[in-house]
Amino acid sequence: MSTETVNTVPTLQVANLHKAYNGTEVLKGVEFQINKGQVKAVLGPSGSGKSTMLRLMALLEPADRGEISLDGKRIGASDNNGRIAHHSERRLAVQRRDIGMVFQKFNLFPHLNALENVVLALTEVQKVGKAEARERAFLMLNKVGLGDRDRHFPSELSGGQQQRVAIARALVLNPHVMLFDEPTSALDPELVGEVLEVMENLAAGGMTMIVVTHEVKFARRAADEVTLFDSGVIVEQAEPGEFFDNPQHERTKQFLSHVH
Amino acid sequence: MIFDPEIFFTQLVNPAYLWGALISVGVAACSLVIATVLGFFLAIGRTSKQRYLRAPAHLYVWFFRALPALLVLLIMWNALPQMFPALRSDWYTPFVAASVGLGLVEAAFMAEIIRSALSSVDDGQELAARALGMKPGSVMRRVVLPQAIRTALPPTGNEFIGLIKYSSLASVISLKELLTTAQVGVNITFRYAEYYTVAIMYYLVIVTIITLVQSRIEKRFLWTSRGVKKNTDPISLSTRALATVSKEK
Repeated sequence: MSTETVNTVPTLQVANLHKAYNGTEVLKGVEFQINKGQVKAVLGPSGSGKSTMLRLMALLEPADRGEISLDGKRIGASDNNGRIAHHSERRLAVQRRDIGMVFQKFNLFPHLNALENVVLALTEVQKVGKAEARERAFLMLNKVGLGDRDRHFPSELSGGQQQRVAIARALVLNPHVMLFDEPTSALDPELVGEVLEVMENLAAGGMTMIVVTHEVKFARRAADEVTLFDSGVIVEQAEPGEFFDNPQHERTKQFLSHVH
Repeated sequence: MIFDPEIFFTQLVNPAYLWGALISVGVAACSLVIATVLGFFLAIGRTSKQRYLRAPAHLYVWFFRALPALLVLLIMWNALPQMFPALRSDWYTPFVAASVGLGLVEAAFMAEIIRSALSSVDDGQELAARALGMKPGSVMRRVVLPQAIRTALPPTGNEFIGLIKYSSLASVISLKELLTTAQVGVNITFRYAEYYTVAIMYYLVIVTIITLVQSRIEKRFLWTSRGVKKNTDPISLSTRALATVSKEK
């Protein structure tokens, strides 16, 4: 999937990322990058900081230190004589448009039906006309296999369907990179497959994706690289085969013995 | 005779009562609008991280929750025009004074209703909207407010009914609302039972209508696809056909 790395600038890159909550360090200088068309799976025990990294990358929370770059351009903050100067919420809003985010709890808008959930992003963010927005949204719903559920409200959809609408909602804005925060963790086991299938199609289609997940099978099948997070740092990064069958670090072996 | 039905029925269709009822509803509606708009900003202020926004909002709610509505109406009608000559003009009618006065008091209560409604919306909603790149105003208007309104509707209906009754206080500033109309009739005829029963009828009708309207509005916030299908304009057939064809994999 990463065969066409024509430009050497990573699509998304974080450097020396730090984040603390109430004095507790959650991220301790994370270095991470992804190139165009790559799919990276991020594993790790809960509380290891992997979801926090995703939220910081999505510019939903400010970093304490470090840099985030999209297509080589720094986003989220600027350097002010060595101090980090966070951008205003309005400016961040514009920067977020190129980054798609899918949440563990879907977070669909319950007052809008499936189609309107996807339309809203287009009309509000990209100022696309109503008719065109509806057509594009419908095509996107169809792509995630929900063309026949366009008029259903979130409360009338299964968890798997809701998550697929959420993926369509993020996808319709043509983001440069998609971030998935444990997209299947809130789902009943029998609904996990349909969401993973959509994500695997997306990966096969060349989308740049960072997936925080507990789905080892997905990581093995769809990822170009698997990352293990622990205690706010990256422990190991390797190709799936290498990562799962021949892990280098003791911590990785330990972690894998629990999830296998 | 204890209760003369004839007097009762003549008064029941007396246009003065209808006019009085309209004034009651009008004052209540105007003050509710004022209270909702003001209450919204007070609610935003009270939940703000900025102290300079939180403090005045707190002060306002504290002040107006403490004052009796009757006192506020008397101040609006008697004290303010004395202090501000501009309020002695023709436009400053009892209707305006009552609407603003009750609106100011009610805003303190609406602020609390709106604040709890806003905080009842799941944090993930704002998060998802921000992640899509929506600007703060857009997040509030399109995502948070529609959901908060659903929570705020039932208590707001209560407040509206309360305001209808509060509007009778405005009799002290010579507003000819529903109860004043009855009282004026009583003062002339001493037919207490008949005139007051007419007032009861009107209040019952008003509150019944409000309740019906409220439940109709609440139905629009059910957020299900049942029954709304024909209202939304359908996607053109060509798109559907196109979409079905291009359904790859």
